[in-house]
Amino acid sequence: MSANTHAEQVEHDSHGIEIPHASYRDYATGFILSVILTAIPFALVMTGALSPAMTAVTIMLFAVVQIVVHMVYFLHMTPKAEGGWSITSLIFTIIVVGIMLSGSLWVMSHLNANMMPMAHEEMSQLP
Amino acid sequence: MSSATTTIAAGSEAPVYYEIDEHPHPEGHSTLLGFWIYLMSDCLIFAILFACYAVLGGNLAAGPGPKDLFDLNLIALNTAMLLFSSITYGFAMIAMQNKNLRHTQMWLAVTGLFGAAFLAIELYEFSHLIHIGATPQRSAFLSAFFTLVGTHGLHVTFGLVWLVTLIVQLGRHGLNPANQRRVACLSLFWHFLDVIWIGVFTFVYLMGML
Amino acid sequence: MTANAVVSTSAAEPSLLLGKLSWNSLPHDPIVLSTMVVVIIGGIGLFALVTRYKLWGYLWKEWFTTVDHKKIGIMYMILGLVMFLRGFADAIMMRLQQVMAFGGSEGYLNSHHYDQIFTAHGVIMIFFVAMPFITGLMNYVVPLQIGARDVSFPFLNNFSFWMTTSGAVLTMASLFVGEFAATGWLAYPPLSGISYSPSVGVDYYIWALQIAGVGTTLSGINLIVTILKMRAPGMGLMKMPIFTWTSLCANILIVASFPVLTAVLALLTLDRYVGTNFFTNDFGGSSMMYVNLIWIWGHPEVYILILPLFGVFSEVTSTFSGKKLFGYTSMVYATVVITILSYVVWLHHFFTMGSGASVNSFFGITTMVISIPTGAKLFNWLFTMYRGRIRYELPMMWTVAFMLTFTIGGMTGVLLAVPPADFVLHNSLFLIAHFHNVIIGGVLFGIFAAINYWWPKAFGFKLNQFWGKVSFWCWVPGFWVAFAPLYVLGLMGVTRRMRVFDDPSLQIWFAIAAVGAFMIAAGIAAMLIQFAVSIWKREELAETTGDPWNGRTLEWATSSPPADYNFAFTPRIHALDAWYDMKAAGVEHPADGYKDIHMPSNTGAGIILAGISTVCGFALVWHIWWLAGASFATLIATAIIHTFNYKRDFHIPAAEVAATEAKRARLLASAGA
Repeated sequence: MSANTHAEQVEHDSHGIEIPHASYRDYATGFILSVILTAIPFALVMTGALSPAMTAVTIMLFAVVQIVVHMVYFLHMTPKAEGGWSITSLIFTIIVVGIMLSGSLWVMSHLNANMMPMAHEEMSQLP
Repeated sequence: MSSATTTIAAGSEAPVYYEIDEHPHPEGHSTLLGFWIYLMSDCLIFAILFACYAVLGGNLAAGPGPKDLFDLNLIALNTAMLLFSSITYGFAMIAMQNKNLRHTQMWLAVTGLFGAAFLAIELYEFSHLIHIGATPQRSAFLSAFFTLVGTHGLHVTFGLVWLVTLIVQLGRHGLNPANQRRVACLSLFWHFLDVIWIGVFTFVYLMGML
Repeated sequence: MTANAVVSTSAAEPSLLLGKLSWNSLPHDPIVLSTMVVVIIGGIGLFALVTRYKLWGYLWKEWFTTVDHKKIGIMYMILGLVMFLRGFADAIMMRLQQVMAFGGSEGYLNSHHYDQIFTAHGVIMIFFVAMPFITGLMNYVVPLQIGARDVSFPFLNNFSFWMTTSGAVLTMASLFVGEFAATGWLAYPPLSGISYSPSVGVDYYIWALQIAGVGTTLSGINLIVTILKMRAPGMGLMKMPIFTWTSLCANILIVASFPVLTAVLALLTLDRYVGTNFFTNDFGGSSMMYVNLIWIWGHPEVYILILPLFGVFSEVTSTFSGKKLFGYTSMVYATVVITILSYVVWLHHFFTMGSGASVNSFFGITTMVISIPTGAKLFNWLFTMYRGRIRYELPMMWTVAFMLTFTIGGMTGVLLAVPPADFVLHNSLFLIAHFHNVIIGGVLFGIFAAINYWWPKAFGFKLNQFWGKVSFWCWVPGFWVAFAPLYVLGLMGVTRRMRVFDDPSLQIWFAIAAVGAFMIAAGIAAMLIQFAVSIWKREELAETTGDPWNGRTLEWATSSPPADYNFAFTPRIHALDAWYDMKAAGVEHPADGYKDIHMPSNTGAGIILAGISTVCGFALVWHIWWLAGASFATLIATAIIHTFNYKRDFHIPAAEVAATEAKRARLLASAGA
């Protein structure tokens, strides 16, 4: 990852700019997959075929898969692109986003539970 | 092996400390990575808006909730618009790869039309909500909803401005390296907005209807 | 109606032309008024001098529009220094107020003014002193250390600088036109909401930080990409100088945390301008969410500030001990670990807000864990010094002062990380003492070490030793005299941001702290004298070798100050301490075979865009809607027009490079190197 940053630059065209190569096949695959992965969650919610909890889990899974599909077929994410730095920064961002979302939810649910307005009598019941 | 050749061989293997015959970095060789990192930072802005929606989304303040407000048919249509714009942008990229300026411009324009359709539908939805009294001021839920979805829409708007600029620039300068780079950057931006939209329709609209 | 309007000026109907702006927005307070008069006279004087010596063209061509990372770095440092004087003036005013306001005395500042002062002090010191200083250092040093000719995006660099300056200008404008926030430096709602802070203070705060934040984020992206893509051939990640490593991590933190601040402030803006309910008391808003979110930015920010200085201390310790850095690898890993851990400690800033035991314990433990890599670093520095040939030059003196001071600050931090202890000490002067102990002892001392260390590189002459030492000996004991009493007061339960006191037994501690503040003032004065004397006697202090300290990293391989293109030939790296390695191998710089060097051209777009942003920010603060709209439209249009300029570079001809290098070779020969 280290010494090759310079050597790998001169690749695709004479200008040495690395624009990821794309093909009809890629975009078509990505598009068809996306349509399927979008249609199913919408159908699930609109028809109410599954229980709400099951639906929630399913559509979340579909969203994750679809995000991966977009990353691969539309954003051309590969472990090799830009010497691996694009994917490294993506993974770092996902970690930070995960911390922020889960942390905020955890912290705020605690604060909400503990700091709800309560009557004086209730307060005196607290340990 | 004569001793002369050995010394020459040893000499040629001596470490080089200065690049005498260097090739400068090609111009713009870091632009795509830089733009990608910018997108990552943008992603965090959305993360905060999602976090706000997750935390405050249940605070209806006795106002209307998701089920009273969202029309999934509309959202499905909107999602379709964005998806179509994604693949048409893909066609623009392929046209650019084939050095076909006209087609590149055409597909970019088509992408722009889909983007504009998406925005129009979103504006219609917003105006409808505001009309029935579900304004951003009504509750924390609605504040978070309008801000999250609106920020995405704002990004699409900027994408459209950029698209138009780029089509003009392509007309003026053709597919020179700088323009190719710009088309590639906007491609990242556009598809990134798609990814965010997946989060929005799943997390806000679909989950809201459950 | 009319009589009413005259009485309550703040409730006056905003006009279409000037929004909320009116004559009443100008200062009435004699202190502010006299400051304004002095500033205006000084400004006119400066303007006249620059005009008299016909410097505008020079400043515009050589500095304002420059895309040279070295000049931009120096401009950042100047911005930091100017704002530091302002921030310190606020500090002195607070110290004086607190020592006077005893025994029924109200002191000399009314509460409204005092509240603005402590807010401005915090905001300025963090955003417009510490941030410009570290950004300036990274800008100047990183490209030189990695053997690059400039940063990846030179225009963006110029633009970032001017956006930061624009934020600083708005903050300064608030002193004379209107007022600044009176909410504390993080502007917690609901106090900062429209119902409790209806005037423009918080708006100034918001727009200054938003505009400066754009600059900070972009410069973070720029430096990350520079470090990842522009390293000289052979410089693998584990051959990067440690300052470059810490800069990389600091910039990753910038890019991954400043967007959070941007988003949170944007939500507060919506609450104030549009009437949304994110952080309000009504309609389901939650002000606790603001505190939660802003500290998700706020804690990484602390490490953004300190990490680059850890790098400075590493470079300085290794150079002045004449040894390679002890435990380079562990230092790198410690930095990376801190980078990631800094995202899981934010709640320790609000233990007392009411989370349950599990949340508080989790964040208490992570906070204690993050002190471990920091401790590892300290041992690395100590072991670097161990059996080294230590030269106590000024940078090394600051480094030793840092180690002593920062360690104590770190330990009081670990005390605060214990939630039950924090329940006692939260928002007390103990906390104030703690974070000044780490920020002054770590960040500021580090910046002073860095200034003394790299000044010869930047200007071609060393800094005067005598005045440097005077400054050092005023600063370091001054710091302890000023802040040790705050630890005592904090333990006795005195809270922060108090304007008047009832208990006369506390006064003595405030008196001691005030003495300390004046010692620091003497230290600052000595430092300014040091700069002046050094510039005055620059011939005597001249440094022609390019390597005044017997340095180890690449920035010392080139001349002082470096040519525009930094390196005539890009160096190839074989070892960690690249320049030390080259010196040991007896490498000669090639004397001919120069080629044309490709360079970016200067551009005025950065300063113009930032200028329009300032106008837009000002208009938004004062609700001058037509101006806000017009300037925003102009901003977008100007940015688009700028993208139509495709010709952004030029070549320095080989002959010019050869002439510059020949001149340097003569200098080196005459110096007997």
